[in-house]
Amino acid sequence: MTEPKTQPMTELMTEAAMESSSARAGAEPATKLQAEDLCKRFGAVDVLKGVSLSARAGEVIAMIGSSGSGKSTILRCLNLLEKPHAGRIIVGGEELRLMPGKGGELEAQDPAQLQRIRARLAMVFQQFNLWAHMTALQNVVEAPIRVLGLSRAEATERAERYLARVGVSHRKDAYPAHMSGGEQQRVAIARALAMEPEVMLFDEPTSALDPELVGEVLRVMRSLAEEGRTMLVVTHEMGFAREVANRVIFLHRGVIEEEGAPAEILAQPRSERLRSFLSSSLK
Amino acid sequence: MVDWALIAESWPLYINGLKVSLILMAISVSASFLLSVPLAIARVSPNPLLSKPVFLYTYVIRGTPLLVQLYMIYFGLAQFEWLRESAAWPLFRNAWFCAWLAFALNSTAYTTEILAGALRQTPSGELEAARSLGLSTFSIYRRILLPSAMRRALPQYGNELVMVMHATSIASAVTIVELTRTARDVYYNNLAPLEAFGLVAVFYFVITFTLVGLVKLLEGRFLKHLRPKSADPKPA
Repeated sequence: MTEPKTQPMTELMTEAAMESSSARAGAEPATKLQAEDLCKRFGAVDVLKGVSLSARAGEVIAMIGSSGSGKSTILRCLNLLEKPHAGRIIVGGEELRLMPGKGGELEAQDPAQLQRIRARLAMVFQQFNLWAHMTALQNVVEAPIRVLGLSRAEATERAERYLARVGVSHRKDAYPAHMSGGEQQRVAIARALAMEPEVMLFDEPTSALDPELVGEVLRVMRSLAEEGRTMLVVTHEMGFAREVANRVIFLHRGVIEEEGAPAEILAQPRSERLRSFLSSSLK
Repeated sequence: MVDWALIAESWPLYINGLKVSLILMAISVSASFLLSVPLAIARVSPNPLLSKPVFLYTYVIRGTPLLVQLYMIYFGLAQFEWLRESAAWPLFRNAWFCAWLAFALNSTAYTTEILAGALRQTPSGELEAARSLGLSTFSIYRRILLPSAMRRALPQYGNELVMVMHATSIASAVTIVELTRTARDVYYNNLAPLEAFGLVAVFYFVITFTLVGLVKLLEGRFLKHLRPKSADPKPA
């Protein structure tokens, strides 16, 4: 199990520098993503009790909290993989039109609008969720062709660029089952990047990885943050939250318990709950 | 001893029977494949108005013997006067049409269940990933669900092809001179059971293993992603 140590950081940094300028140019970064009063129940359990958050362009927000706090559910409600019972979702100024469906959950009024909004919020999953019957390259070109309408040539060019960006070009013809977890997750990140989304959603992207593979994925995510991408990251990696995030949100039982710059709230937690969470998750 | 002269003499009859059997099989499985894709999608639908009728259909067909189904279509339907007077009667009077219909409907039921089972095995995460990237329901079926399910279904579908091949012998019951009927005719005319049925067994054996071999080739091509990691060149 010798993991090829690819990741020449220099290459990542120069590309990052090239692509970062546009995102950071504006004086007042635009709000890319806004969620208001999201509520979600599973049966009788209130998982989200009115959570609001917003992400400005270039912001990296880390969401932390113990399991069952609702942090993954928030991400999954933002792109309607989970249907919230109440709330509003606004992506890049466009509000997702919702209507009450059966069972009291909100549904998209217009499937085409939902698809358009989902395409602007690419998601990276804990279990990678690559399509098993497709090679790495096929996984990455699929959505740009079907959803964004790129030609195969354009999509392939774009896919190869992003596979190189996350350091797995040498595995582009491999099937997911033949790659290591770290490689699979980096392909999944390339698949999300290839949509050139406004906001990237990361749902515990390193939790399913062997400890020695966590680093390669975190390095890629850090370099994405450095090039100014807007990211919403549910994570247990306190180091990542502290060093990479601009803002940390601490969730507890479906409400935002504490929120602020990582230096402040991780160093001087105001609430007892965050204090005990931090002391129990010392790494 | 084996009468080789008889075998040589009746060889052209067998070749003719082989052609009939293969054509019958080909038209039956093409029809059943085309029908079973939409039916399998309906079968796994959360909407009971779609899934229940398909379930009923496959349940009834799989619960009765193919020979009975063929008799019902070929002999049974002829009892209805309205059918005999309808424009469809020339079709239902025709043994080929009835055999094709019976085999296609029968194989559709089995193929639908095979494909529906494979569709249900799709990892839910792969679907979520497709949805989260904005793929439409149509694209998800066409690009993710069906290609992945059909690959998973391939080994079982190979068995189904062999079953249909063997089932074509039942067409001999409605006057179609396919392989089995050819063998029976050769037997009646010469009273040489070993030659007549031994030769037809060899024919079926060869077809079956050709089919199995073809499916194996397809598996090699389409199930690469499920095989354990082979001798993968490790970067130094």
